Amino acid sequence: MALLELQGIGKEFGAIRALSNVSLSIDPGEVVGLMGDNGAGKSTLVKIIAGNFPPSHGGIRFDGREAHFTKPVDARAVGIEVVYQDLALADNLSAAANVFLGREMRRRFGPFTVLDHTAMNRRAAQLFRELKSETRADDLVRQMSGGQRQAVAIARTRLADAKLVMMDEPTAAISVRQVAEVLDLIRRLRDHGIAVILISHRMPDVFSVCDRVIVLRRGRKVADKAIADSSPEEVTALITGAKEAA
Amino acid sequence: MSELSSLPRRPAETSDFANVGRAAWWQRGFFASQTAYVGLALVVVIVAMTLANPTFLSAGNVANVAKNFSFIAIATLGITLVIITGGIDLSVGAVMCLAAMVTSMTMQGLDQAGMALLPGLSMLLAVVAGLAAAAVVGLVNGVLIARVGLSPFVTTLGMLSIVRGLSYVVSNGRGSYPAGSDADLFYGLTSGDLFGIPAPFIYLVLLAGLMGFVLHHTAWGRYVFAVGGNEKAAELTGVPVARMKIAVYTLSALAAGFNGIVMSGWLGSAPANLADGYELNIIAAAVIGGANLAGGVGGPVGAVIGCVLIEVIRNGLVLANVNAYWQKALVGCIIILAVLVDKFRTRRAG
Repeated sequence: MALLELQGIGKEFGAIRALSNVSLSIDPGEVVGLMGDNGAGKSTLVKIIAGNFPPSHGGIRFDGREAHFTKPVDARAVGIEVVYQDLALADNLSAAANVFLGREMRRRFGPFTVLDHTAMNRRAAQLFRELKSETRADDLVRQMSGGQRQAVAIARTRLADAKLVMMDEPTAAISVRQVAEVLDLIRRLRDHGIAVILISHRMPDVFSVCDRVIVLRRGRKVADKAIADSSPEEVTALITGAKEAA
Repeated sequence: MSELSSLPRRPAETSDFANVGRAAWWQRGFFASQTAYVGLALVVVIVAMTLANPTFLSAGNVANVAKNFSFIAIATLGITLVIITGGIDLSVGAVMCLAAMVTSMTMQGLDQAGMALLPGLSMLLAVVAGLAAAAVVGLVNGVLIARVGLSPFVTTLGMLSIVRGLSYVVSNGRGSYPAGSDADLFYGLTSGDLFGIPAPFIYLVLLAGLMGFVLHHTAWGRYVFAVGGNEKAAELTGVPVARMKIAVYTLSALAAGFNGIVMSGWLGSAPANLADGYELNIIAAAVIGGANLAGGVGGPVGAVIGCVLIEVIRNGLVLANVNAYWQKALVGCIIILAVLVDKFRTRRAG
């Protein structure tokens, strides 16, 4: 049974139609590349799935149930995590504090509930080790490189019991070596049965890690096919409109 | 109790990092903060003043300084919370006056109505009324800023004028004084000594300790920093941003109100111009102590150090027989100097 099902999703912002009649389904443990040129509707689609705003038309089913998200927390509550392109980190807090933001580990201390700094730092350090990222749990995010920030953002999704992780250009601003690490991480998520939607412009990334590719153009879905049946040339043609549909 | 002691400990195992260096201990954490630099400057100033005039460190003068800076320090703790979230509260001076006035008028009223049933009861009711008035102002500030989305600067500037105006209307510009059977108790608890220590100073230490603990050891405190660091990220991760903002503005007003009530005990009255213009001293103290007006940085230790520095300089100028009008100019120089030092330091580090 599909984990995520979109039926006839459409979205208008005033007179602008950002998405029209997009249907797709994603299975558990499936890695799907979502591609399209700027303005094709990728971000809008991701934001609808993440609960930033509701669709104008159509319905969402997640994990066998109708989903009506009105805010990101609703989507998170059912197991949808997003790694945002701008990473959404608080610069003035430590890596561990960012990983645990909104779901801090606490311990009871008499009548008080206090933050468990030691446990959070240890758990965060362990997540960074799993990600093979040289990131210290108690360093401030302000002092970190692009790759380290990426690790912090991804560690946050590992912390939650996510069923679906959406990544918005996770490899856009990091080094070659770290791209390989992020792709490895995506495979590890898949091995745990977690579905991943990878939004990317980088053809090699999509073709090395995804099972399937979905192409949007001008708010419509123009292709949805297995990676094995496609090629970078075909996808490029679909994105630019040189090829109408596949 | 401070930024220093409450920093998360480093994990015991130091994993090896191939290419990520770590700054020396004195270049990171508390030691690299503006608060630490200004604290050091404060020590230097105190030593210099003692050398110039030995009466500076006499017991009487130290108690005097401790009492004087406590009169703005509690309000500074409150406004520091607001500043950490990236906001500003210009209404604190007016709120100090309002709370003091409501308290003393309530005490007078209860006394005239013959309501002094139990010793201390009318004082307690009066203080609660004063704090409630302050809390309402803070709540209105918070709701207008967090829910309606008005700018903190404009909202609290308007509130400054409204609250100050109301104080004049209510009092007809005359002011009132705490009276009745509880008056002596009130004076004792506000301007007297407890265990040989000025009472306002004790309140300050307790509140500063509480604030340091809450900021660094509770989720609530962490959210205060998160809102100031990246409001959008905080919202996305489920931090109740609007509720946090309403809470900090309410707490800022409560702290100011409490400070105003204590101050009226020291003055022996609550005139309508009480704490007039204090908002600027209070913001200056917070900023000197290291609270960043851009949000995300600040703490109780910095707030207290900022207040002490301002008061020490004022006191020192008095002892040195320097024209008191120089104080304001000097405080202004220190604000700019403190921010300049921080600027150069971060440029070097970044």
